Amino acid sequence: MPVLSASGLARTFPTRRGPVEAVRGIDLTVERGEILGFLGPNGAGKTTTLRMLTTLLAPTGGTATVAGCDLARDPAGVRRASGYVAQSGGVDPNVSVREELVTQARLYRLGKAEARDRAEELAADLGLTDLLERKTATLSGGQRRRLDVAMGLTHRPEVLFLDEPTTGLDPGSRADLWDLVRRIRAEHGTTVFLTTHYLDEADALADRLVIIDKGVVAADGTPEALKRAHGGSPDASLQDTFLAITGRGITPRDTTPLAV
Amino acid sequence: MSSLLSDTALVFGRYARQTLRSKLQMLFGVLMPLLYLLFFGPLLTGLPLPSAGSSWQVLVPGLLLQLGLFGAAFCGFGIIVEKQFGVVERMRVTAVSRSALLLGRVLRDAALFVFQAVLLVLAALVMGLRAPLPGILIGFAFVAVLTVALASLSYALALRVNSPQEFGPVINSVTMPSMLLSGLMLPMTLAPAWLNVLSHAMPFRYLVDAVRAAFVGDYASSAVLYGAVVALALAAVSLALGTRAFRRAAA
Repeated sequence: MPVLSASGLARTFPTRRGPVEAVRGIDLTVERGEILGFLGPNGAGKTTTLRMLTTLLAPTGGTATVAGCDLARDPAGVRRASGYVAQSGGVDPNVSVREELVTQARLYRLGKAEARDRAEELAADLGLTDLLERKTATLSGGQRRRLDVAMGLTHRPEVLFLDEPTTGLDPGSRADLWDLVRRIRAEHGTTVFLTTHYLDEADALADRLVIIDKGVVAADGTPEALKRAHGGSPDASLQDTFLAITGRGITPRDTTPLAV
Repeated sequence: MSSLLSDTALVFGRYARQTLRSKLQMLFGVLMPLLYLLFFGPLLTGLPLPSAGSSWQVLVPGLLLQLGLFGAAFCGFGIIVEKQFGVVERMRVTAVSRSALLLGRVLRDAALFVFQAVLLVLAALVMGLRAPLPGILIGFAFVAVLTVALASLSYALALRVNSPQEFGPVINSVTMPSMLLSGLMLPMTLAPAWLNVLSHAMPFRYLVDAVRAAFVGDYASSAVLYGAVVALALAAVSLALGTRAFRRAAA
């Protein structure tokens, strides 16, 4: 029984120049405890798919269930079962790390004392204890990202959605974040659904890849299987495999580190 | 129901702390009505106004609602900034009640503008306002309900637009005609017939008339009743629109 399954998931945006089909029909399943890499060129529909699966955006077609909860019929159940870390993170720069963590726990309906304890526990677990009284604006990129992940883990979700979690991080912080994602899965059995632009990240972190292009799934399999099937050999680079599948490069939107 | 209350209290607390951190935000909204009070109010004291009470009993109710009108209409700016930081989406994926995301914010706004209304009335007392206490309290209640209504609409609009540049002009093009057509500064009974008739199509006019009646102690008048009905209806419709916007915010 997969923890997440989507069937024909689609989203069309009305625009002045007619409807734009951002996502045209995504079929995928994710097994419990899996780390799934969700790849695709810019504009392929990665973030739109993620926003649908996290109830932020209503699909215009298709169905999906997350942790047994139907996206359309039980969005509240989906929200209780999943954590979402958006590209932009989503913390107030003028608020302290502790206040954001406690408020987040309270938004997930933890009691006051429970929320305080959970903030301490998460901070200890993610190396934020010394930063608890700092305003979030003063954190480094890597620290900010750890806080964003902590916010997504507050309610011990079954599924953690990460949207381009390492964009803009330096190499050391990226490696730390990869370790963190592996550790979350190992310690809590959390299913991780992550989008990325970085093929090395997908190769290093994901058990399985789903590559989407033009709003539909173009390929699905382990990195090795995809390399063998599309790149010609198990030793092919994921870059060549990706090019073979989509017919174009992944063109990172921004190769210079962003201020996150 | 109890989770709606505790969620609302939680969201209210977060934004109340945000306001308390910024002394400037706490006082900025009161600046414009205060300037009218100081530099426009004295012009009216000698004029023969066609209403009961002193000129201050005519002007101060208008300034209270001006405070609510302009303050609340611009509340959406805050959420545009939050949207850019991703705060709105981060909250929308949590288990928190959708209505609480709106209610917590608009109740903070109502508290802020009632606080500013108190400051304004204190300044008006120094300038020469004399009005019965229940009338003044009714005025504060109207400021609160008007704020809830307009702030809800402002947030609903702000969730739909992507930049402050799109938001500002829309708000300005609504607030200015609202101010002029509701007789905020001078009673519409001074107006020629066509303007008086036109102003009856402006919902805020009923609120202004209601608070003016309350300030001269005329609590049981039809003006207060109509004002209360219009204000509550406006708030109910606006809250429904605002909640819907939080439920399915795009962008």
